[in-house]
Amino acid sequence: MATITLEKINKVYPNGFHAIHDLDLDIADTEFLVLVGPSGCGKSTALRMVAGLEEITNGEMRIGDRIVNEVEPKDRDIAMVFQNYALYPHMSVYDNIGFALKLAKTPKDETDRRIREAARILELDEQLDRKPAQLSGGQRQRVAMGRAIVRQPAAFLMDEPLSNLDAKLRVQMRAEIASLQRELGVTTVYVTHDQVEAMTMGDRVAVLKDGFLQQVDTPQNLYDRPQNVFVAAFIGSPSMNLFEGTLTLDSSGQGGSLTLGSQAISIPSEVLAARPALAAYDGQPLIYGIRPEDMEDASLDSRPDDQCIHGEVSLVEALGAEILVHFGVDAAPVDSGDPDAVVELGDTAVVVGRFNPRSRIRLRDSAKVAVHAERLSFFDSSTRLAIWD
Amino acid sequence: MRLQLVTTHDPQPDYLDLPLLQPLAEWTHSGLVEFPIGVHRHVVRFVESEHGLFALKELPGRLADREFALLRHLAEENLPVVEVLGVISERDSDLDDILITRHLEFSLPFRFLFTRSGISSLRESLVDSIAVLLAQLHLAGFFWGDCSLSNTLFRRDAGALAAWVVDTETGELHDQLTPGQRELDLDIAQMNIFGGLLDLEASGRLPPDIDPVEVVESLTRRYGQLWEELTAEQSVEVAQRHLIDARLARLNELGFDTAEVSITTGGSGPQIQFRPAVVEVGHHVRELERLTGLRMLENQARRMLNDIRSYGAWLAKRDGHDQPEAVVAYRWLNEIFEPAIETIPQELRDRRSPGELFHEILLHRDALQSKLQADVSVQAASADYALESLPSSMRERSLIEGD
Repeated sequence: MATITLEKINKVYPNGFHAIHDLDLDIADTEFLVLVGPSGCGKSTALRMVAGLEEITNGEMRIGDRIVNEVEPKDRDIAMVFQNYALYPHMSVYDNIGFALKLAKTPKDETDRRIREAARILELDEQLDRKPAQLSGGQRQRVAMGRAIVRQPAAFLMDEPLSNLDAKLRVQMRAEIASLQRELGVTTVYVTHDQVEAMTMGDRVAVLKDGFLQQVDTPQNLYDRPQNVFVAAFIGSPSMNLFEGTLTLDSSGQGGSLTLGSQAISIPSEVLAARPALAAYDGQPLIYGIRPEDMEDASLDSRPDDQCIHGEVSLVEALGAEILVHFGVDAAPVDSGDPDAVVELGDTAVVVGRFNPRSRIRLRDSAKVAVHAERLSFFDSSTRLAIWD
Repeated sequence: MRLQLVTTHDPQPDYLDLPLLQPLAEWTHSGLVEFPIGVHRHVVRFVESEHGLFALKELPGRLADREFALLRHLAEENLPVVEVLGVISERDSDLDDILITRHLEFSLPFRFLFTRSGISSLRESLVDSIAVLLAQLHLAGFFWGDCSLSNTLFRRDAGALAAWVVDTETGELHDQLTPGQRELDLDIAQMNIFGGLLDLEASGRLPPDIDPVEVVESLTRRYGQLWEELTAEQSVEVAQRHLIDARLARLNELGFDTAEVSITTGGSGPQIQFRPAVVEVGHHVRELERLTGLRMLENQARRMLNDIRSYGAWLAKRDGHDQPEAVVAYRWLNEIFEPAIETIPQELRDRRSPGELFHEILLHRDALQSKLQADVSVQAASADYALESLPSSMRERSLIEGD
């Protein structure tokens, strides 16, 4: 078991590309930390530096109390868990899990103990004599996990270990890995580009973009209190709807309104009271965001008209327990800076709302949508940092 | 559906005749061939057509595109990888893409090396061939990430083996690999090869004299020695510059060319620091190709170059004067190599590649000369080899299960 500490870590390649900038991370003993971000954000580079696969340009890396900048990968007591574990068809589950220990010349009784312990944790006790062909897809993945577990490393490092699996198995395995990690209590750093994977698995999630750490926090805090526009848009599916608008406070200074293209949304006084910093933006443009679940078909919501917006419905996705309604508004879309995101062009933003399935809104309807204005997120237009205070 | 195909000189099958809208696992096409491919995560099927044998692998589009690009890049770098021919995408919303590669002719899957009689002598060079392959890839900045017996094909190379990369799903290209990346790649190779050998053992097909632990430990040793020879900095006295020539000659002998060296001198000191800077495998391959136009494997090429030199010496003795190297090579090609190969009946030419045929003809000639205590021409040896030895050999052009 170990803590992993990254202190002002930088990675600059010989061609001058600065992949990681002053990365600070304190990963606690037994913690499951997920590194997430779009392509080229530096998440895999960061993981590889922990593993010793990439040299650190400057900064300090510690595993436990030991500085490991110059320590060989094999001497770091970590296990890289890859997506490419093949199972050997003629070998039993027992041998598939334990063969690496034979190569490491681990004593037989110790090997046996570790294999049985791993099998117990993985609920494979009854399958130890079976061959891989007799296992389900999930069980096969667990055998592959068992191979890493029996090495008893101080930390697991996982680089997109589920990316080769089909969607169904991926969902199943992410739950299994998360639960397994908690049972084993081994510090784990996990890289993914999939924010849903990150949110469902990590104790904490570190969001990176262009080599800079954007925010590291619990999944719920990332969702509820994103530190900037990028994190706000990146975390959550569907993404937060982001707009640029102008805040106008009323004469009493207790309430106000926000423009949304040619429309306006009334801002309740309690929102302004909770965020006094917004007062400085009176008459100024700012960026604000609405999560899809913070909107509702107005016919099913009792909000006043001044907290409702209108738009033409371009797509309705019925998901059973909810419906996703896409509708257009005449406001300029905001580019969140995510290189993997589809950027809308022009003066029409597509808004996505997550509505109650009882909604009868149909394609091409002119929808009236209630906005839960007390749940809005606000960001400075120039720094793109959140305004929470 | 979308077909992205590489334009090649060699013909390809008409893919539109294949049941591309069905899952690969469910195909029942008449050209399908069952093939011993070892352990794989994705469905892989083989299709035989009049244009040869083709491997089709079903995998998610992102991975298919990535592997397609990687294989093309590695081929452009003259690294030993299977030839990628195309990607079939947008088949159906539920179906993954298909990556198409050409089966490597005259290749031996590792299982054949352990389960076929008559080729046991080749097993010893298996580790060497993988060590050379890894060193080649690492010099080119390629981290394989999944070197295994199943992901490698082997070709006979004049009594030894040459290894080819089949699967690059986990590969990564870098400008240069760090020691940690190389070490991890070697560690993965060790683990995978150990697992592959234990699996053979579990199936009762591993010869008892092979110790899997010894095999993988020797891989580490061989790779380490080779890497040291290829890249280590060497310090020599100014007066001992011949040691640099000796090092370059050793690299040539190992099959590597040194296109660039880095030499630094310590100001007024007597020491020279020397390090090969740009090293590329295929020294004898390129030399043979330059002289004859023949493209063979490294050991085959080395053997042929030796034969060309012997032939040149014989010509010089007979004619009383030396011939230019290019003339000797031209005459060797027309008077020795081509007649020897043409002596082999067409129906037996699928047993060995031309380079290996020639190597075995020379071995056969040596044995005949030793037995008869007299000179035997290469052409006569070829005729005897085609009659006495070759018919009992396996058809290795495209080995299929059951052969």
